[in-house]
Amino acid sequence: MTRLTISKAINDGLRAAMERDSKVIVMGEDVGKLGGVYRVTDGLLKDFGEQRVLDTPLAESGIIGTAVGLAIRGFRPVCEIQFDGFVFPGYDQIVSQLAKLHFRTQGKVRMPVVVRIPFGGGIGAVEHHSESPEALFAHVAGLKVVACSNPADAYWMIQQAIASDDPVIFFEPKRRYWEKAEVDLDSEPPPLFSSRVARKGSTLTLVSYGAPLKTCLEAATAAEADGHDLEVIDLRTLSPLDLGPVAESVRRTGRLVVVAEAPPETSVAAEVAARIQEECFHSLEAPVIRVTGFDVPYPPSKCEDDFLPDLDRILDGVDRSMAW
Amino acid sequence: MSVPHAWTPPTSVDAPTPTPEQVVAGLKGTDEGGPDLVQLLTPEGERVSDPRFDGYAADVDVESLKALYRDMVLVRRFDREGNALQRQGQVGIWVPLLGQEAAQIGAGRAMQPQDMAFPSYREHGVAWTRDIDPVDLIGIFRGTDHGSWDPKEKRFHYYTIVIGNQCLNATGYAMGQKFESKVGEGADAEATICFFGDGATSQGDVHEGFVWSSVYDAPVVFYCQNNQWAISEPNERQTRVPLYKRAQGYGFPGIRVDGNDVLACLAVTRWALEECRTGNGPVLIEAFTYRMDAHTTSDDPSRYRLADELELWKLKDPIERVRVNLVRQHGVEQEFFDSVQAESDELAVRFRDHCVNLPQPAPDRMFSQVYAEGSPNIDAQREAYLAYHSSFDTEGSLAGPSIEGA
Repeated sequence: MTRLTISKAINDGLRAAMERDSKVIVMGEDVGKLGGVYRVTDGLLKDFGEQRVLDTPLAESGIIGTAVGLAIRGFRPVCEIQFDGFVFPGYDQIVSQLAKLHFRTQGKVRMPVVVRIPFGGGIGAVEHHSESPEALFAHVAGLKVVACSNPADAYWMIQQAIASDDPVIFFEPKRRYWEKAEVDLDSEPPPLFSSRVARKGSTLTLVSYGAPLKTCLEAATAAEADGHDLEVIDLRTLSPLDLGPVAESVRRTGRLVVVAEAPPETSVAAEVAARIQEECFHSLEAPVIRVTGFDVPYPPSKCEDDFLPDLDRILDGVDRSMAW
Repeated sequence: MSVPHAWTPPTSVDAPTPTPEQVVAGLKGTDEGGPDLVQLLTPEGERVSDPRFDGYAADVDVESLKALYRDMVLVRRFDREGNALQRQGQVGIWVPLLGQEAAQIGAGRAMQPQDMAFPSYREHGVAWTRDIDPVDLIGIFRGTDHGSWDPKEKRFHYYTIVIGNQCLNATGYAMGQKFESKVGEGADAEATICFFGDGATSQGDVHEGFVWSSVYDAPVVFYCQNNQWAISEPNERQTRVPLYKRAQGYGFPGIRVDGNDVLACLAVTRWALEECRTGNGPVLIEAFTYRMDAHTTSDDPSRYRLADELELWKLKDPIERVRVNLVRQHGVEQEFFDSVQAESDELAVRFRDHCVNLPQPAPDRMFSQVYAEGSPNIDAQREAYLAYHSSFDTEGSLAGPSIEGA
C-alpha cells in the first residue's frame, strides 16, 4: 500500500503503461517540460523523451486529429485536454473521426486513444475551467466515457483505459487532484467499465461519479444521525453505464438519489433515472431524485457554491425521497 | 432487391442568372494558373520542358504514358457510370471527379507502395491507383457500407467526408512514420499524402495540419486539388492569395502544378514525396484544375457559374492532351484507343452490375463493430431489436439473414 494523490496516481499509472508498451505516447499542451498544469505528466518527458511525451502546438483539434492519425499508424496516444472548457475545438475530431473510425471501417482500424479531461468546478477559476461536459461525450456512439473519483481508481483506470482498444474519454475530478488515499499497487482492479459500491447501506441508494462521490460519502455519514443507512455507488463508467449494481441496490432500498455537478437536462443523471425506472419500476418507493448543477452556464466562481451539489443539498434530496 | 430512395431536388424557382460579381469572380477564379504553373504537357499535347521536374518524368516512355492514359479513361468511365446510377435511382448520390483525372492519377501513380494516402471523398482516381476495385467504392453511395477495403493493406485511408479532418489525421500518421524512423535515405523510407480541395483550405483543421506538420517535420504532402469551386463558392470566398503561396507562411515549400497535366502532376508529386521521405517535408502542392461536373449529383452548377467557363476548361481536358501526344509524338495507333475504350465499357458494366446486386444489409448490420471490445448496451439493443424483428412473419421480409456469426 502507498499513499497517493489522484494526480500522482494518474502519473504513476501513465508511467506504468508507458513502460509496458512503447507505443503509448502522451501528448498535449504543456505536458512535457512543465509536467502539465496539474503536474499529472510530471517527469515523463525526462524519462521517456520527446518522441513519447509531446509538448504540442496549442490547438485541441490538432491534438485529437493527429492522435487519430497516430492511432491509425499503430500508436496508443494519451491526449491531455488542459481544461474541460477547452475540449470543444477538438470535439469535431472526437465525434467525426475518433468515435466513428472503428465502425466506419468495420474494425479494420482501431482507435486505442485516451482523452484525459480534468472536469468539474469548485476551484475558484475563471470561465471555461469548471465545466462538466461528460454527457456530450456519453451521447456519442463509438466513445467510452469514464470518471474516476479516488486515487486507487485513478491509478488503475488510466492503465485500463490505455489498454482498451476503444477510444476512452477519461474524466478526472480536478478539485480532488491533491487529495490523498491508500492505493494497493498489487491488488487486482475491477473491470474498467463497471460501477462499484463505495458504501453498503439499506435505506436509500445514492449514485454519483467524479468529485461529488466523496460528498455523497460524507452525506451518508451525516445521514446516520437521522437513522438513514445510505448505500453509495460510484458509477465510474458513464458510457456504457453499468447499472446492474444500481438496480440491485434499488431493489433493496426502493429509493434512488443521483448526484452530479452537470446540468440536469439530458444528462448522465437523467439517463440513470430513466433506466432505473424502467428496470426497477415495481421496487421504487419514490420517484428518482436528481441533485445536480442547474441548467445554466457554469457561473462566476463566487457563485459556484450555489451551483455545486453540496452536503446539504444531497441530504435535502435524501429527505425528499424518504418523505415520499 | 430494394432500391434506395432517389434524392429529389427541390422544385427550382427560376434559377437566377449569376450576377456580374459572380461572373467576374468565376472568371477570375478560373483563369490561367499563372507564371508559376508547372506544366510538362500543354493542353495541345505538346511536351514542354521544365528543368526542375523533367528528371522526375524522364522514365515515362510511351508505354508508361499509355498506362496513364488508360488509367484516366477507365476512371472517367466508371465516374460517368456513377452519375448515371444516381440518375436511375440506384445510388443516393455520386460525387463526380470529371476533369480531375490527371490530378488524381498523376499524384496516385507517384506514390510508392509503402506511402500512405488520406483521401477526401472525391478521390476515386487515387483509389484506383491504390489497387482498390472501383466496385468497392459504390457501396458508400448506395448506402450499404462506408467502404470495404483494408486501409492498411491498400495504404489508402477511408473517405473522409467532414471537410479537412483528414489533414490532421494524415499529419498524425506522418508523425508516426517519423517516430518509427521511416524517414531518411533508406529504401524503406515512407511518406504520406493528404488530399483535399480548395474549400477545405478555409478549415481550421487544414491550418492546424500545416502547423503541426511543419513543427514536427512530418513527411506529408498536402495535395490540394483546386477545382475552382467549393460547391457554389469560388476561390475568392476562400483566399486572397494563390493557395500554394500559403505554404510560405508555414515555412515549407508550396508549388502550383497544372492539375490537368498528368505528367506534371506525376513529376511534381514524385518530387514532393521524395522530399518528404528524405526528411524535407512537409510540402504543399496545389493542383490547379477544374470540376467539370457538379459538386455532387444533387448540385446544380447553372445557379452559380456560366456554361462558358466549362467550355473554356474543356479545351484543357486532361485526357485529350495525352491522346494527342500519344498520336502525334509517339504514333500510337487507333487500335490502342479503341481497346482502352472497350475495356472501360466492360468496367462500367461490371461497376453497374455490382452496384445493383449489392445485397440489402442484415437488420443487425448497424450494431456491428461499433466498438473493438463490444458494449453491453449495444448487445442488449441488438438482441431486443432482433427479437422485435423476428416477431413478424419472416416470409416476405425485406431483411436478409442476420449477420451474427458472419
